[in-house]
Amino acid sequence: MACRAVSLRFLIPKFASCVNRGNSGTIPALIRKTQHTRNSASRHRFSSTAAKPKKETITVHFVQSDGSKFSTTAAVGENLLDIIIDNDIDIDGFGACEGTLACSTCHLIFKQEDYDKIPDKPTDEELDMLDLAYGLSSTSRLGCQVVLTKDMDGLQVQVPTAVVDARDPS
Amino acid sequence: MLPNVIAVPRLCKRHLHRFLKQQFRHCVADHTSVDSPVPHVCVVGSGPAGFYTAQQLLKGNPDIVVDIYEKLPVPFGLVRFGVAPDHPEVKNVINTFTKTAKSERCSFIGNVEVGRDITLQQLRDAYSAVVLAYGADNDKTLGIPGEGLDNVLSARSFVGWFNGLPQDRDLKVDLSAERAVILGHGNVAVDVARILLTPIDILKTTDISQHALEALSHSCIKGVVLVGRRGPLQVAFTIKELREMTKIPECRPHLNPKDYLELLDLIPDLPRPRSRLTDLLYKTALEPNARYKALWADAKREWKLQFLRSPIHICGETKVTGIKLAINRLEVCLHTVRKHFKPIFTFICLCPLVYQVLRSIGYRSVSIDKDIPFNMERGVVSHTQGRVDGLIGVYCSGWVNTGPVGVILTTMTNGFETGKTIIHDISNGTLELSGKQGKNDILPLLQKSGVQVVSFSDWMKIDEAEVERGQNCGKPREKLVDIDAMLKIASTAAPSPL
Repeated sequence: MACRAVSLRFLIPKFASCVNRGNSGTIPALIRKTQHTRNSASRHRFSSTAAKPKKETITVHFVQSDGSKFSTTAAVGENLLDIIIDNDIDIDGFGACEGTLACSTCHLIFKQEDYDKIPDKPTDEELDMLDLAYGLSSTSRLGCQVVLTKDMDGLQVQVPTAVVDARDPS
Repeated sequence: MLPNVIAVPRLCKRHLHRFLKQQFRHCVADHTSVDSPVPHVCVVGSGPAGFYTAQQLLKGNPDIVVDIYEKLPVPFGLVRFGVAPDHPEVKNVINTFTKTAKSERCSFIGNVEVGRDITLQQLRDAYSAVVLAYGADNDKTLGIPGEGLDNVLSARSFVGWFNGLPQDRDLKVDLSAERAVILGHGNVAVDVARILLTPIDILKTTDISQHALEALSHSCIKGVVLVGRRGPLQVAFTIKELREMTKIPECRPHLNPKDYLELLDLIPDLPRPRSRLTDLLYKTALEPNARYKALWADAKREWKLQFLRSPIHICGETKVTGIKLAINRLEVCLHTVRKHFKPIFTFICLCPLVYQVLRSIGYRSVSIDKDIPFNMERGVVSHTQGRVDGLIGVYCSGWVNTGPVGVILTTMTNGFETGKTIIHDISNGTLELSGKQGKNDILPLLQKSGVQVVSFSDWMKIDEAEVERGQNCGKPREKLVDIDAMLKIASTAAPSPL
């Protein structure tokens, strides 16, 4: 029975990223992320003296390439990569570099109006990685760089299909 | 056991379904284990191609057992030996690979070289499917006079040297000259240039090998020239690598504005990735912003790109004194599928006073077993959609399949595709499942011929030893570069069952 549990845990991949982000080289990115998260959360609070305001949650929908849809609630201030990992949404190879801007596997496509709502515009480094993504669109972002805000409630994002060959950048 | 049961009802249902299926299968298997034989699949090579294929196989079929064979005692292939030491974040994929390797249905079998310790035929006899995922272990050569001179290195060996690849640890790297030429405009060429130009204080905090760090700390290199046979619109490096080049501390680009002037009008019409890359080239050469100008002001080193040049002769007696370069013009080849610019020689110029030449014109695969049908021209295994031609049950994945191009995402996608093809063939009944015992058939053969097999838990011991060695010198890891030393650590304490 115990060994069955092990294999089951493998079938429902809970990526190492949640716990194992100890790579020293990635620390600056993570610190930046944490600080950023904190700032964007506090931006939406009116009183800074409130002891511990209840975390605001919103609903996010992920549409997979085969059309299947997963909906989940997520806390404001979380990024989309973490939401997918924390909820065990099973997308092949998603988040390979664990949110350190070194791959494009957490590529997500937004509706134009949702894309415009994202407060942080993509950095050059994010766009550099997106340029290597399959199925790049003008409303593409990397999930690890998109931090949820309150007005994104009901957000629907498309997980792109990996069909186009990204090898040739021309 | 079932995460977020309440918060995510849909997922809960999905997981519960899988869980019940799993439990049910378990009960059935106890009583009628002879009816459905377990599919045994072996993967040759433990780089990204091997691990991503294994991941797909384990996920796609709940019965499958996967054994990953590796020539070296240590896993992860080019993630360990190819990714530059100053790109630690790319190596995060190791966490996922480790998870795959620790699955009870997956075994890592290190220090076994297919073609030497075991043949492809023996593997085919023991496994329902064999996946060739051994990458591109060789590099292309120029085939010009002087290529064998002392100071001409292959960038591949140079990368192996600073990444602690055992076979390259004794590479003779002479950094006493001020100028190095790198032949090639790909990401490997840029990685090599960046390592040569990055200040030593930055490199010493990475997992770069100590022998390389020692040599680089005495480096006299002041300038690096990257020579490419085609033009600025055809460079093969990606924008991430180019951007890093513009940000190396104490180092500046020295680009000839004339090469880039004409690009401005073309930029808006190019596809986005190429457009952004070309725009960055243009701005770096002609319109750097104030921040960059300040960064480059007190540079001690510099790099430049030279376009439309093909080396035709490397001059020198024993050491390099110069390179003869042919000047090319580009001609569009319309008979290839993708619009391809073919360089045509026009006349020759001489690039004197070069003391170090690094050839970085691409990798190629080799055939590791006489039975493998091999496309010598392309340097890949002959295959149709991942199924190796003429050999039922043999597949190929990663660079032996696609050729040595693309980033890790490319290999991942190809690995997943190959994995799915095999799952499909298993459920189709195309593959022979009965009478295949997997590693139970192979390990006795290896034991007989005296091969010390390294398991994944043995690797964990090596890993621990390397991290500990790294701590002593302020690095995340100090790789062992001696195979015997690896094997010695692997064999310490109780030998772990595979």
